[in-house]
Amino acid sequence: MANAAPTLAAPAGAADAKLHRIAFAVMAVAVALAPFAFYPVFLMKAMCFALFACAFNLLLGFGGLLSFGHAMFFGGAGYFCAHAAKVWGLTPELAILAGAGAAALVGSVTGLLAIRRQGIYFAMITLALAQMIYFFAVQAQWFTGGEDGIQGVPRGKLFGLVDLSHMPAMYSVVAVIFLGGFLLIYRIIHSPFGQVLKAIREHEPRAVSLGYDTDYYKLLAFVLSATLAGVAGATKALVFQLASLTDVHWTMSGEVVLIALLGGVGTVFGPVVGALIIVTMQDYFSQLGAGVTIAQGVVFVICVLAFRRGIVGELSRVLKRSL
Amino acid sequence: MADEYILETRSLAKEFKGFVAVNGVDLKIRRGRIHALIGPNGAGKTTVFNLLTKFLAPTRGAILYNGRDITHERPAHIARRGMVRSFQISAVFPHLTVLENVRVALQRRRGHSLDFWHSAKALDALNERARELLDSVGLSAYASTVAVELPYGRKRALEIATTLALEPEMMLLDEPTAGMTHEDVERIAALIKRVAADRTVLMVEHNLSVVADLSNHITVLARGEVIAEGDYAQVSKHPAVIQAYLGAEHG
Ligand SMILES: Nc1ncnc2c1ncn2[C@@H]1O[C@H](COP(=O)(O)OP(=O)(O)O)[C@@H](O)[C@H]1O
Ligand SMILES: [Mg+2]
Repeated sequence: MANAAPTLAAPAGAADAKLHRIAFAVMAVAVALAPFAFYPVFLMKAMCFALFACAFNLLLGFGGLLSFGHAMFFGGAGYFCAHAAKVWGLTPELAILAGAGAAALVGSVTGLLAIRRQGIYFAMITLALAQMIYFFAVQAQWFTGGEDGIQGVPRGKLFGLVDLSHMPAMYSVVAVIFLGGFLLIYRIIHSPFGQVLKAIREHEPRAVSLGYDTDYYKLLAFVLSATLAGVAGATKALVFQLASLTDVHWTMSGEVVLIALLGGVGTVFGPVVGALIIVTMQDYFSQLGAGVTIAQGVVFVICVLAFRRGIVGELSRVLKRSL
Repeated sequence: MADEYILETRSLAKEFKGFVAVNGVDLKIRRGRIHALIGPNGAGKTTVFNLLTKFLAPTRGAILYNGRDITHERPAHIARRGMVRSFQISAVFPHLTVLENVRVALQRRRGHSLDFWHSAKALDALNERARELLDSVGLSAYASTVAVELPYGRKRALEIATTLALEPEMMLLDEPTAGMTHEDVERIAALIKRVAADRTVLMVEHNLSVVADLSNHITVLARGEVIAEGDYAQVSKHPAVIQAYLGAEHG
């Protein structure tokens, strides 16, 4: 049969895909060159938060699910990783895997409890469970070190070979984890699964009426997001050689929401831009002490008023391209 | 010969906190027909759709699809059995392109949709079939338009193309022509007639000329109860129907 459709040989997304490849290449080069100009620890912190925010955005931006408890995965994995490296003496890659595994487990349980709720109830359940993890972290001194946290975590030797106390080695590992995690999330968004996830975000009853058991899709998105947030948190624990209550506190859950909103929810690169801005601000304003929160709040309010879709969201609207 | 009736309900009832929205409805839908469900606003038509497709659990009664009791199945499962519904308010995926909308449905039949590690390029194999479907509802020129930007009538056509992608044995259409311009109504009516050639259609419709034109059989619902049944000529002369329609402002 003659197909009268206009010959759009390339699907609509092909041009965007090319743009994404270029943007990713730029980002990778920036990651490689940045340590010549900036403090590596600052950059590694930014990459950990960027991965954390990308993982969070996978759930909110592409699954339409607002979790207000992502600190439990980020900070929780940090504790597991630190404990595994320091007490069990695992090598860093295994310690990070232990952290990610713990986050996946907590994510599965949380997901099962939360996934059937909608909107604000979903956010509330995730917050409540995250508070339970926080109280556990305060109480279970034998595992978490309580108020002191787990300090002096050894970075160890990657695969028992490469000593990560050398800054370039540690930096390379973090860069690979960040770029690799970013690519994985990109793939998830652009997979058959990601396509269904977007459909569920857009109109869940319609997705159900097409025969999708949407709960499975939402649960998988939740567990993937939790696991990748865990990878970020575990990596951060190795970088700073520390796991502390800050990372499981509810303010950390709020911070990742803020980063995603600032950069652009549902964009590919927004969370990275958002993380870079927030981490820079925290660094820059750190001499203000408590004022950092206020400064952050002010910048946030200005950004939300000026760029309702977030920085990358607005940019992509102006360019009429998805970014 | 398979069962004469594709769908039956037995004393189907739904109460919302004591308010009876659907009360002892016995429907019998003959295979291969266009069956219309009409009645004044608030009669319970959409609620019946929600019950049939399990978006709501009935308070009482049973639903049989192809002779099998589906009263306790999950809604996604009902869809996979071949009974696919549309919604009263148009239900497209607004920020996906028109082509992607149809592909989401094709993808469900293809399976492997939990594969988060595969590239979506694997779905390109579905493009040809998606384009055929768009062609069949007159949307091929819009394939790469984002669905939210379609005019209303086209959105409903897209919905039908998406539903057809599942090759359903039975389609449930909730007010498919509501809010449309005259030309759009005619186009959608012709489309429904065409797609009903090899399947069963149950539709809720307010436009009585569309009902008269399309349907083989009509069930009239008022205040949650069936008040009349038959073809258009029989139903339109029925005193209870005249009464119900005069009593309510909508016709
Ligand atoms: N979820 C609900 N909760 C409470 N009442 C409802 C609900 N859904 C429908 N109703 C009520 O049930 C009645 C039938 O509604 P509906 O099935 O939408 O009517 P129709 O589609 O025939 O116009 C109405 O009075 C409506 O207010
Ligand atoms: Mg209705």
